[in-house]
Amino acid sequence: MNYWSIFKKGIFEMNPIFRLALSLCPALAVTSTVFNALGMGLSVLAVITANNIVVSLVKNYVNPKVRVPVFITIIATIVTLIILILEAYFPAVYKELGLYLELIVVFAIILARAEVFAMKNDVLPSAVDGLGMGAGFALAMVFIAVIREVLGTGMILGGTSLAIQIFPQAYDGPMIMILAPGAFLVIGLMIGMFNLIAEYQNKQAALKAKTACQQLAVQRGEAG
Amino acid sequence: MEYFTLFMGAVIVNNFVLTRFLGLCIFFGVSKSLSASVGMGMAVASILTISSALAWLVYNFVLVPYDLVFLKIVVFVVLIACFVQFLEIAIKKFAPALYEMWGIYLVLIATNCVVLGVPLINATANYGFLKSIINAFGSGAGFALAIILMASLREKLQYADVPKSLQGMGIAFIIAGMLALSFLGFSGMIPL
Repeated sequence: MNYWSIFKKGIFEMNPIFRLALSLCPALAVTSTVFNALGMGLSVLAVITANNIVVSLVKNYVNPKVRVPVFITIIATIVTLIILILEAYFPAVYKELGLYLELIVVFAIILARAEVFAMKNDVLPSAVDGLGMGAGFALAMVFIAVIREVLGTGMILGGTSLAIQIFPQAYDGPMIMILAPGAFLVIGLMIGMFNLIAEYQNKQAALKAKTACQQLAVQRGEAG
Repeated sequence: MEYFTLFMGAVIVNNFVLTRFLGLCIFFGVSKSLSASVGMGMAVASILTISSALAWLVYNFVLVPYDLVFLKIVVFVVLIACFVQFLEIAIKKFAPALYEMWGIYLVLIATNCVVLGVPLINATANYGFLKSIINAFGSGAGFALAIILMASLREKLQYADVPKSLQGMGIAFIIAGMLALSFLGFSGMIPL
């Protein structure tokens, strides 16, 4: 398997949030603004990649029976490091995300990738897998956050120097979108949308297969 | 009175599932059946209370005196995982009937946002021992309340005609959104 397909798989067919429905807590909690979503997405990208590298390096020295506690300790160490770095260099991000950064430790997706991928593969593919999964996670987070922030406040990256006004200044959006219920509603509708797309694709694929079969039958008929 | 406010605040106003989004994996995974939800809610509430107490003791008597506060994530994760594992072995040995009922939930709880989140919040807010326990029990009760409400709604939903693409997770999220909306009505009842 080449590296590009390993990377791509995390973004599309195995997207952690929309496809696997793993690690939903942060997807709901910190997507009220794009800034927070981006900060969280990049932190998770860093943790998942670093964890995959470390796990694939130590995999031959860990007794399979105690692997889960070992993995959790590795993840907790990496998360602590990331938090200390953020606290020192990006205090704004640290202040906004606070508790949710600490809870990266228990994200199912990180442990799942260590268990499913890094445990069985070499360092380089594991790193690429981590990058792909992390990128898929970050993209999904930003995607949700864009919808919520634009509908709720009418702008993207509000409160930072990069603020972009999408709707006119007078737009008085429904506050609910950036409050808790909005998160549930947006994600519910998005899951529905992805299901619709998948259904359409399956239908198209079935149609294609059917015509191909018919063509084959016609060809055989001609040959016979 | 102060403790009562703290407790009610944790149960309804700052409900962990519906306003802080912790423990969603279990919330959506288990809320398909009412009986499982009752078991899960009680298991979370009791484990949360005990593990918060343990975490408070470790934090205030080991981490703070030796200036190791930055290690709290590693220590809490390992502490809770060990405690749940120990509890599982103990229940299996001494109360096999209870283990039949609750065994599967214990494994799920071991690495869960709520169970790790509450001790971290207690540590950050510098709560005293009693306050920590009340906060933890309130949070657990809030979780149980939310998951039981959700399960009751989802059981009724089986007879509803839901659009095909929203069946399953999609409609579950939307219902949780409605539930969160109604819980929003409690906000402002208790000043933070």
